[in-house]
Order: sequence, then C-alpha cells, then structure tokens
Amino acid sequence: MILFDKLKLGYGSRVLIEELSSHIEGGTLTALVGRNGTGKSTLLRAIVGLQELLGGDIRLQGRSVGELTSAELAQMVAFVTTDKVRIANLKCRDVVALGRAPYTNWIGRMQEQDRQIVEQSLEMVGMAAFADKTMDQMSDGECQRVMIARALAQQTPIILLDEPTAFLDMPNRYELCILLGRLAHQYGKAILFSTHELDIALELCDKVALISPPTLHILPTEEMIRSGYVEQLFSNEVMTFDAEQRRVRVK
Amino acid sequence: MRGRSAILFTILAVLILLLFVVDMMVGSVGISVRDVVAALTGGECDPMTRKIVVDIRLMKAVVAILAGAALSVSGLQMQTLFRNPLAGPYVLGVSSGASLGVALFILGAPLLGLGGSHILSSFGVAGAAWLGSAAVLAVVGVVSSRIKDVMVILILGMMIGSGVSAVVQILQYLSHEEALKSFVVWTMGSLGDVTFEQLWLIVAAVAVGLTLAVAVMKPMNMLLLGEAYARTMGLNVKRTRTLILLSTTLLAGTVTAFCGPVGFIGLAMPHVARALFAQADHRVLMPAAAMIGAVSLLMCDIVSKMLTLPLNSVTALLGIPIVVWIVVRNKNIV
Repeated sequence: MILFDKLKLGYGSRVLIEELSSHIEGGTLTALVGRNGTGKSTLLRAIVGLQELLGGDIRLQGRSVGELTSAELAQMVAFVTTDKVRIANLKCRDVVALGRAPYTNWIGRMQEQDRQIVEQSLEMVGMAAFADKTMDQMSDGECQRVMIARALAQQTPIILLDEPTAFLDMPNRYELCILLGRLAHQYGKAILFSTHELDIALELCDKVALISPPTLHILPTEEMIRSGYVEQLFSNEVMTFDAEQRRVRVK
Repeated sequence: MRGRSAILFTILAVLILLLFVVDMMVGSVGISVRDVVAALTGGECDPMTRKIVVDIRLMKAVVAILAGAALSVSGLQMQTLFRNPLAGPYVLGVSSGASLGVALFILGAPLLGLGGSHILSSFGVAGAAWLGSAAVLAVVGVVSSRIKDVMVILILGMMIGSGVSAVVQILQYLSHEEALKSFVVWTMGSLGDVTFEQLWLIVAAVAVGLTLAVAVMKPMNMLLLGEAYARTMGLNVKRTRTLILLSTTLLAGTVTAFCGPVGFIGLAMPHVARALFAQADHRVLMPAAAMIGAVSLLMCDIVSKMLTLPLNSVTALLGIPIVVWIVVRNKNIV
C-alpha cells in the first residue's frame, strides 16, 4: 500500500534516510521508532506530500506521491500531526466533520452520508458522547482521539500519526495503540505512527520501522527483536536492550 | 443551535435597519422618523429636509454599513489566517500605507512646491490613500509568496508598517501647521467625505472583497486546525492565502482610503460574533461579523454625530473594552 523506492530524505546536504526500498501493506499497524532528529517526522511528512524528496520515490497504491494532486492525496492518506487544536467554540463533531472536506463542495455542504460517517468515526474512537463538547474542554487523550476520528472520517486507506502517544499517560497510551491496531485489522488500513515508546511498539504493533541513520529497517516485530537493530540503537554505556525481556534496562 | 443562529441573524438585520434610520435622523439638524421615511420613499416633506436626508445622510449611512462590514470581515480573515486573536485589518500595514499616501499628498506636495498642482488635487486624498495601501500590500504579497511561515509574513507586515509610519512622522515634522491639521483630521476617520461617484467605487470594491471572503469560508474552517492539517485535507494553502490577502486589500484598503484609518471595528467585532454565536464555523462567523460590523459602525457614527466627536475616538472607546475582555477571558479562539 505504501511503497518506498530507493527513497532519499533530508534537508539540503543533510541526508537523514538513504536507499530505502521497502513497503507497508494494508491491515497492519506499524510503529516508527528512532532517536530524536533522525527523520521520523520527515518520513511521515514525505508520505503525505508535505516534504520534498531528495531522491527516489514513494508510491501510494501504485501512484507516485509527486504525481498525485493534493485533492487525490487527501483521499488516500490522512495525517494526525502534533499540532494541538484547542479552540473554544469548536465542537468535536465540527473537527471530525472537517475530515469530510476532501469530499464536500466549495462551501463544505454535508450530505446525509457525510453526517453518518462523522458519527461512525466518533463512535469508532469511543468519543460519541463528547460530540457536542468543545475542544478546549477536553483532556489530551480525548483530543487525540478526536483527531484520530477526523482522520477516520477522511476515509483513507492509509493513516499516519506523528507521536500520538506523546502527551498521554500510561493507560491512555496503551488504549490508543490497541485502538489503532483494531482499526488497522478490522478495516484493512495501513497505519504508521512514530513513537518513543519502545515497549508499546514491540508489544502491540505488527511491524516496526526503525531508523538507524541513514538506514530505515522495516521488519515484522518478532524479527525486529531478533535482528539486533534495536540493541544497536538503544545501547550505550548506561543502558542496554534486553531482547528476551523486550525492554531497555540500565546497566 | 441552528435556532439560536437564526434568531441572532434576524435580530441583527432588524438592528441594522433601525440604526440605519436613526443614523439619518441625527446630525446638526434633528429630523423626525416620519420625515426620514417620507424623504426616502418620496412621500411629502420639506424639500430642504429631503435634500439633507437623500444627498448627505443616506450616503453616510450606506458608507457606515459597507465600511463596518468590510473592516469586520477583513479582521476575521486576518485573525484566522495568522491564528492570532489580536490581528486586525491593519496588521499588514494597510493603514500605514494609506497614511503614507495621504501624508505624501497633503504634506509632501507643499514641501516639494507642488501644492497648487491641478493634477494632484484632482487625484484626491482617497486616491493617494488607495495607492499607498495597495503599494504596501503588494510588497507584503510579493514577499509572502516566497515565504512558508505565516508568522514571518505577520512580522514583515508589521515592520513594513512601522517603517512607513516613521517616514510619515518625518513628513509631519517638516510640515506646516495647516497641512498638518488636515492630515491629522484624516487620521481621525470620517464617513462623510465620500462623493456619490466614489460610493460606487466603494460598493464595487467591497462587493468583490466580500465575494472572495465567502469563497474562502471552507478553507478558513480548515485552517483552524493549522496549515499542516489543512494541506493534508487537500487545501491549496498558498492560493487560499493569496485570496485572503487580496480580499483584505480590497476591503480594508478601500475603507481606509475613503474613511481614514477607522480603528477597532475590525479587531473587536469578529470576537463579538464568536461570543454571540458561540461558533467557530466561518460559514456562520463571516456573515455574523459583517452584520455586527455594520451595526457597530452605525452606532459609532450616531454617537459621534450626537456628541460631535471624531469617529475614531468613538470606535476606540467602544472597541477597547471588548479587546480587554478578550485578553482577560484568555480563551483559545483562533
């Protein structure tokens, strides 16, 4: 569903990712891990067309990102950014309804079908009861769910999320990732999210994409654990990765 | 909630109609409701009264409605575009540009010995102001087409505005008393200096500006979530930005050219619209802001005529408490 072909990413002379040829298929939840500044957000932004490629190509369902118009792209991939949307007067339902923007006319007129999709999307993330609340009244976890509902309402086969677990407490992190997994498996979507929670990535995701600059490895989770890449990335003089225990320990 | 909006829109429409008539009643000579209505509908009344109502006050009231709507809508656009509740129609230097045009016209021409020039005086204060604001916005527009970050555009606009104001101050410093006074009077704002021919210019410019504003209502809703979200929902952000800048140039630029830099309407009235309608949807906020802008400027005009005060003092005294209230309440509104 997402195909990387000799992809090269970076800024000017600073190359972050090189020679990436791999793919992510539908129905899988993939975690994108890597140290700060190694290109996690850059990769996500490139897939959604917000970032110029230095070389190679990204293909979504067989079509090159560069060739797709922004309207076509909007019907193929939805993005949940780290931007906080905390606007008073803006109801959850209105935010989710904006996800229908690629499908509505110039003034954004909602058809009956659009309204149903909005309600279903709220339902899917368990936020139906919050539909009429405004965005400034909600917790970080609730906001994140609404933004995911907005992405669902966009009805795209691919969903990308940039550090969706960042401001959440432990139960919320797990719940969110379980939710993402369910959405991927039930609806056959390809869901890719960047995260610093290695334990969650290894426990709940089907695949792990790991940036070990300038290479990105995409492997099924079990293979990734055995591969040794995780040790390389997260081991230094003070800490080490324990493949048996699947977690990082202090030496 | 639908019901609430409908009721509010009805109330605003009635208010505009009422204030429109009241605005024509007050002035140096008081005129009764009956005479105003008679003069407008061609009923029986004193020919002198008819002349005052139809030739002078009607136009002023129409200008108040157009200018109020234009300033408020352009303020709403700037607040959403820059995601800043304290942005207004003048944030990009529209008014400084206009004042430079007027300063060059009123103050600069005598300094250069062109005071009596026939070509210049026929050009008019309004023409000079229009050119000035268009020039500043053209500079902002050209620069902004190369810039990604919208905050940089905001800072650029403010800096260009400040630079232009500095030049205006130099002109003021060098000028004679008489020229200085007519310049200062222009900066106080007035709805009464519009001629009948100019009115059509205002109507046309405001109509195009408002049409553009209506066209960007959905894009502005998308921009509420930030530019990254807007782009991934298929919005051409650069094109939208250009349309919004163009709309604001037409709306705020035209009003400033003909009425002077009328303050606080564009900054404060979009907030009144948000608070009254309790909505963030620009499909509601845009017409709401336009109507509230019209109501407020009619009110300010009535007060300024009743107390014979400069228009800008009245709009400031009305607008400042609203802005203070916004800051104190400290809610995320855009």
